[in-house]
Amino acid sequence: MTQKKLETPPQGRHSITLTLNGESRTVDVWPHEILLDVLRDRLGIKSPKIGCERGDCGACTVLFNGRSVRSCLILAVEADGAEIKTVEYLSREEPTPLQESFVARNAFQCGFCTPGIVLATTELLERNPHPTEEEVREAIAGNLCRCTGYRQIIDAVLAAGK
Amino acid sequence: MAIAGEFAYYKPQSLPAAVELLAEHGDAARVLAGGTDLVAWLRDGLDDPRVLVDIKALAGLDQLEEREDGLRIGALVTFNQLIESDLVMEKFPLLGEMSRTVASNGLRNRATLAGNICSAVPSCDGGPVLLVYEAEVLVQGPRGERVIPITDWFTGPKQTALACGELVTGILVPRPGEKHGGAWARLGRYQGEDLAQASVAVLALTGDEYRIAFGAVAPTPVRGRRIESLLAGKTLSAEQLVATRELVPEEISPITDIRATREYRLHMVKLMLERGLLAAADRLAGAGPALGTPLI
Repeated sequence: MTQKKLETPPQGRHSITLTLNGESRTVDVWPHEILLDVLRDRLGIKSPKIGCERGDCGACTVLFNGRSVRSCLILAVEADGAEIKTVEYLSREEPTPLQESFVARNAFQCGFCTPGIVLATTELLERNPHPTEEEVREAIAGNLCRCTGYRQIIDAVLAAGK
Repeated sequence: MAIAGEFAYYKPQSLPAAVELLAEHGDAARVLAGGTDLVAWLRDGLDDPRVLVDIKALAGLDQLEEREDGLRIGALVTFNQLIESDLVMEKFPLLGEMSRTVASNGLRNRATLAGNICSAVPSCDGGPVLLVYEAEVLVQGPRGERVIPITDWFTGPKQTALACGELVTGILVPRPGEKHGGAWARLGRYQGEDLAQASVAVLALTGDEYRIAFGAVAPTPVRGRRIESLLAGKTLSAEQLVATRELVPEEISPITDIRATREYRLHMVKLMLERGLLAAADRLAGAGPALGTPLI
């Protein structure tokens, strides 16, 4: 097939509706807008952090239809119809036992990685309520802690999973 | 970095509609599934399409299905779906063992096996394992369906046999005989998330038959046919393992890059192949290391 030269893309913005932390939200997005940016700048959810912006660090983790994903590698337009949860949802009434466990064990220093790690391990405990240390390590292998406070983080997850 | 390029986004609701869009836009269009490679490339400016065709609304492509001719893996099946499938773990364990080593959990929730081989980077983890299973890539295009043997699939770094306007709908993994033992050895710079510096997939079949493939040590994933011929029909012996090591440089052409030197890759592949052969043979006999035990 020969290559066709196209004029300007035929479509403009898309109206998407998602369930964000239990609330239905509608927003107009360009196809090239990243979910992470739309969550932070347009929908007011600041807990997913802008880190490496290439899927390596896990700071931008959100729960997307119940699974932890990198919101920096998802187009906002892909989230149409999705259910997205962040730590704002987990602690809407009071902190979850896992979050309490993080507090009790001082499992953060600067806190930048914490939302992502809490979501990644929330997913882990939902699927595997009593994980081994190896399973905890694997679950957060893609979530970098620049303060290197992994020991306390692993202990907090293990304690919550007892 | 935000995505600098602008493109139109389509989410067709049927396979014919998707094929029509791809045919209409040709080279200007890209297929979007999990997006873990594509969106990163868009952000880095490595790709600049005018049209994205999101295939996530296409019915049935997220299914894993056992058929008479083997396992059919839909194009939307993620690595975590493979890991969580009893069918995969029991009957195609090498697929599961490999999937567990791909990137991190958050990426495996999104990244698909079909996307992995469509991106076709030399270090792709899906390549060597699909080569030893002798998989077939199921493709839909303007002229209907066609099947591309995995041996013909990889044509260069990030290059495949997929023609312009075509779409991968799934991968067929034939059952390799009555039983088989597999082994996956993957070398990274550290434990945890990293692209492979080198990888080796081994499949042991009854009758002392072996299938071998390598990743990240050639422009594409490659099959080790000379070594397979050497080993065929004979019991694995110490002498044979030595002869195997000597053949490794004829099978692969590793380069020096940011992740490893050519010499290191060559040395480690010999070791990984030896351990992989022994583990696969032991597993075929119902013994061997537990699935997922790192061989390197």
